[in-house]
Amino acid sequence: MATVNATRMELTRLKGKLVTATRGHKLLKDKRDELMRQFLDLVRVNRALREKVEEGLKNANRNFVLARATMSDEAVSVAFMAPKQEVSVEVDTKNVMSVNVPQFEIKTRTSDENDIYGYGYAFTSSDLDDAVHSLATLQQDMLKLAEVEKSCQLMAAEIEKTRRRVNALEHVMIPEYQANIKYITMKLDEAERSSQIRLMKVKDMMLEEAHHYSEKQNAAPLKD
Amino acid sequence: MYKIAVMGDRDSVYGFATLGMDTFPFTDAEEAGRKLRELAENEYAIVYITEALADKMEAQIDHYREQMLPAIILIPGVSGNTGKGINAVKHSVEQAVGSDIIFGN
Repeated sequence: MATVNATRMELTRLKGKLVTATRGHKLLKDKRDELMRQFLDLVRVNRALREKVEEGLKNANRNFVLARATMSDEAVSVAFMAPKQEVSVEVDTKNVMSVNVPQFEIKTRTSDENDIYGYGYAFTSSDLDDAVHSLATLQQDMLKLAEVEKSCQLMAAEIEKTRRRVNALEHVMIPEYQANIKYITMKLDEAERSSQIRLMKVKDMMLEEAHHYSEKQNAAPLKD
Repeated sequence: MYKIAVMGDRDSVYGFATLGMDTFPFTDAEEAGRKLRELAENEYAIVYITEALADKMEAQIDHYREQMLPAIILIPGVSGNTGKGINAVKHSVEQAVGSDIIFGN
């Protein structure tokens, strides 16, 4: 507000800016609201999945500890030395309100689900099989968790950014434009009134010069 | 084609190898941080990290928070659930909403 040129051109420019800012503010606000709605849905899913995965991992870890208790360290190491199965992930992106979130799809090297047991059964305990199985059942959920949790993180960041922008527009830029427009309008009006008065004054003075009204007026009462 | 990695103390991660994930046993946070950077640059889409290890390398993990890949997901290790994983979700809610309205405690 400090230095504003009080000109008509500046006024037109500012009015244009105000219109843009107002429209941008409305759009960003809508974006924020929709993002927030989707985020809250997703974060509930995230929470449920995480609780499920953490519970599952707790069980799996317990099974692994049990399995190790009955086997020597070497036997465990040997059993896991050469895994048969191999996984890879295909990553797709989904656009949610201009946020790119990943979509994961798992691809296993072999389609036989029993290939997770990458060891001969002769030197391992059945506890180990249980442990591996309990982990394998979790795989899909863990993948889903990764997808959902990453999406939540990305959306949270985007919401924060959008909220900042909305607030900046609403509380700083738009009021500033409005104040400047008001200032310029008043300044221009004032200038117009001032020039009007000056013209009237000049007209009076010129008429006075030509007809000498005041002298006649002063003289008139004496005649009566 | 992207891969999946699991990082953490050896006891917590070795089981994942049978599922075909790549396991990287680490206890030292600095080495793990270096490895994490290497993994992020090398086509790993998902990195599971045990909470215990993640506790010591928050800065490195935060670095990838706003990138699409890799997704860094905290999992409880054998030493138990520290609640750090669920706290990360809480953190997201707080970042987005301004205060925690989902967990409420």
